[in-house]
Amino acid sequence: MSNYRIQGATGEWEVVIGLEVHAQITSASKLFSGADTTFGAEPNTQVSLIDAAMPGMLPVPNAECIRQAVRTGMAIEAEINTYSRFDRKNYFYADLPQGYQISQLYHPIVGEGQLLIEKDEKAGIPEDKIIGIERIHVEQDAGKLMHDQHPTMSYVDLNRCGVALMEIVSKPDMTSPAEAGAYVRKLRSILRYVGSCDGNMEQGSMRADVNVSVRKVGSTELGTRTETKNVNSVRFVMAVIESEVRRQVDLIEDGGEVVQETRLYDPDKNETRSMRSKEDAHDYRYFPDPDLLPVNLEDSFLAECRASLPELPDAKRTRYIEELGLSEYNAAVLTVEVETFARFETLLGITAKHLGKPESEIATTVANWSMSTAPGVVKSLGDEANLEYATAEAQAAILGMQGAGDISGSQAKEIYEIVLKTGREPAEIAETEGLKQLSDTGAIETEIDKILEANQDKVEQYKAGKDKLFGFFVGQTMKAMQGKANPQVVNELLKGKLG
Amino acid sequence: MTNLTDLGVAAIRNGVANGDFTAREVAEAFNANVAAAKELNAFIVTTPEKALEAADAVDADRAAGKELGSMAGVPIGMKDLFATKGVQTTAASHILEGFTPEYESTVSSNLWAAGAGMLGKLNLDQFAMGSSNETSYFGNVTSPWRRPDGANTPMSPGGSSGGSSTAVSARLAPAATGTDTGGSIRQPAAFTGITGIKPTYGRCSRWGVVAFASSLDQAGPMAHDVRDCAIMLGAMAGFDPKDATSLDLPVPDWEAALNSDLKGKKVGIPREYRMDGTDPEILQSWDNGIAWLKDAGAEVVDISLPHTKYALPAYYIIAPAEASSNLARYDGVRYGLRDLPEGAGLQDMYAATRAEGFGDEVKRRILIGTYVLSAGFYDAYYTQAQKIRTLVAQDFENAFKECDVILAPTTPTASFGLGEKSADPLGMYLNDVFAVPASLAGLPAMSVPCGVNSEGLPLGLQIVGKAFDEQGVMNAGLAIEERAGFTAKPEKWW
Repeated sequence: MSNYRIQGATGEWEVVIGLEVHAQITSASKLFSGADTTFGAEPNTQVSLIDAAMPGMLPVPNAECIRQAVRTGMAIEAEINTYSRFDRKNYFYADLPQGYQISQLYHPIVGEGQLLIEKDEKAGIPEDKIIGIERIHVEQDAGKLMHDQHPTMSYVDLNRCGVALMEIVSKPDMTSPAEAGAYVRKLRSILRYVGSCDGNMEQGSMRADVNVSVRKVGSTELGTRTETKNVNSVRFVMAVIESEVRRQVDLIEDGGEVVQETRLYDPDKNETRSMRSKEDAHDYRYFPDPDLLPVNLEDSFLAECRASLPELPDAKRTRYIEELGLSEYNAAVLTVEVETFARFETLLGITAKHLGKPESEIATTVANWSMSTAPGVVKSLGDEANLEYATAEAQAAILGMQGAGDISGSQAKEIYEIVLKTGREPAEIAETEGLKQLSDTGAIETEIDKILEANQDKVEQYKAGKDKLFGFFVGQTMKAMQGKANPQVVNELLKGKLG
Repeated sequence: MTNLTDLGVAAIRNGVANGDFTAREVAEAFNANVAAAKELNAFIVTTPEKALEAADAVDADRAAGKELGSMAGVPIGMKDLFATKGVQTTAASHILEGFTPEYESTVSSNLWAAGAGMLGKLNLDQFAMGSSNETSYFGNVTSPWRRPDGANTPMSPGGSSGGSSTAVSARLAPAATGTDTGGSIRQPAAFTGITGIKPTYGRCSRWGVVAFASSLDQAGPMAHDVRDCAIMLGAMAGFDPKDATSLDLPVPDWEAALNSDLKGKKVGIPREYRMDGTDPEILQSWDNGIAWLKDAGAEVVDISLPHTKYALPAYYIIAPAEASSNLARYDGVRYGLRDLPEGAGLQDMYAATRAEGFGDEVKRRILIGTYVLSAGFYDAYYTQAQKIRTLVAQDFENAFKECDVILAPTTPTASFGLGEKSADPLGMYLNDVFAVPASLAGLPAMSVPCGVNSEGLPLGLQIVGKAFDEQGVMNAGLAIEERAGFTAKPEKWW
């Protein structure tokens, strides 16, 4: 249970949150037409006759969108409905040419599922928590009105009209802004793993309707909720909840009543305002779309969907900890984003091959490199770094040399700097620039002998028990070797000679 | 020389193929008849040049020894519900007046590909809503038929495909397309003494056909006889990936398989269709039909379709419900009529445009449809109606365990005078009482002329078949046609 409480004049309040996330399905064409879905095209250049609702035009379902919704459902361990159906939601608006949105009210394609949000004490999530998901249904997006193009007229861009969305409806299981934020982040991570939505909230390919109600701590009844529409970042989702909770508590404590209504969030003022109340809510007159047959999913299709699912975030994190021996922190950071784990896994694979060692043995080194060393070098170089040179091959070559003891950690960094600036081969750099550590026992032994000869007194003192002097001999040797000797070899040789 | 405009599809196709006459001669003859029949108001737009263009292409193909299509050289009328590229398409409404599509409906494309040409766009009830052709924004179509009482009362050609029925019956076209949602091919065919078939739902693509009620709308041919219908339906039908409800089945060669020998076939006679108060002349024509089918070798069996009386009320919930949503796209934003009063906002524009652009019958059905779908009424009306629809379909399934086709009257009355029923919408709706059950069940159904009543007006008999069995329907239709010997023609008065 979250410990998020709101201190009111009459006592403590808690919040109940449910989210409806609209996620644009990644697909080349729209849900019911062949029109392109690329973001940012010139207005009205991606509009088919169907999207414009010309007389006699008919929708034909895009199988890829169905497939992506099913895969998403599987990724949240949801029940997949082998029978689903499309319904029409009827209302008039200029961005909705058909006069109805094709959606799924009565028989959604995905039923109940769940996702896990991880404990994050700093953020106020004391333990792992399962958030229930009510359903996922597939529907058409609307077009876009542009009010800033003409002093007295509004323009309509239908490029987005008919693009496939999944509406992912959570249960009212969240009890703090932090949980809601974690839920959206986790959901986005899963969608990106699955590849069913790019999760890009700035471009609007993922947005949330935030349902909020408050109640006195200890009460089991739900308060009246408000729904704040189209919130387009994790930060705003959390801000909406904070502001809405405050508003509702103040309202009730001042003797007022929360009205069930739709609200809009104004990020500049950080407040929500009323859009329309339940009284003037539309009667959408939902009914099954007679242009479309029910969607019946066959076992072979479901099997194909399941087989195509990648390893998902929770499983990957567990594997990183249990099989690769990574710390919880490293595992968590590496598994959030697809790009991050993909980079890590590629590098780990190539490096292990270079060294002929099992991945588990070098995973921590590679994780540290890709989470901290490599980004550090990139950052310090700033504009000088050419990221095209930051190939997995080059980095694996460096990690391989380091793992073999040919170069030191600081040499690895230096070599990587040169790689990023010039694109030269790491091995060639190490050779040419003298960035190698010596493991040649003969050369080191010669130097050690000289040093011991010149410091007879210290040798005596060491042998008499002054152990600390060992560091002195190491330092002298490294200095004589101009820092290029392999410290491990130096240590071993010194130990042998000093007895 | 043969009067070319007396010929039907098969005769024209064969004559052109044999070189008895050219396609151009045929097109010119029908163009002339069309031009001389303005009084009937069967066409909203005439396209004589299109008819000639298609005819010339056929003549050229023949001269070049190319294989000719199944409709080669046949000029037809196109119901103005089918989108035709570059030719105004209105659904007989003000709201689409002046709308010229950039696309061609699948059915009309198929017909042009088979060698047919277009004489023009045929008048109809507005958005195909009506049974008398009195709801068109472009004025009613007048039937070429008249009662021989000397009163010259203008008669209804039926609806909604009244332009089609008039054009074929008055020899303005050898055949025409129709669409049938709850009888709109069969009833006008019966009223004008022609033949028309509504195929199984999904046989003809709905792509590019202005929608009335999507789950019921089905295109079909209207022509002089069964053979012509078989030829034309073969050209119209076929799987279309652009229509999600299209049937993915091969199109049989119906014409080649026509066979009026019904030995071994069973014909069901639904007892519930023998309703109280039905015109005795209609009942007599039904009895004649039964006798003819027996004569053709069929066994006649009594069957029951117990939910028949609920079919019409259910239809008048489902069809308006779908229509209320299908017609939402006519909003003045992108095409067609826009009424933007001074200082009006979006909602005002919607209201003004739709008030101005839709006729009374269309508004009535939008209101009914909106009402039955609204919160609190949905379950009581729409859900109940869907249950009835399922029961009606089950009635047919059960009946077809005992018979191969069903014989019934097409309509409860013969044609009536224009204006005689327009003040009584419910009375008008009753016209579809025999036609609607097959529509709800999506089954193929045909009307063939079977004689004239005591007023000299044509009557039709309806044959309903199993899903996908257009052949069985047409074979029974052919058996009636051969025995009815229907040769009556309207006297030319226009």
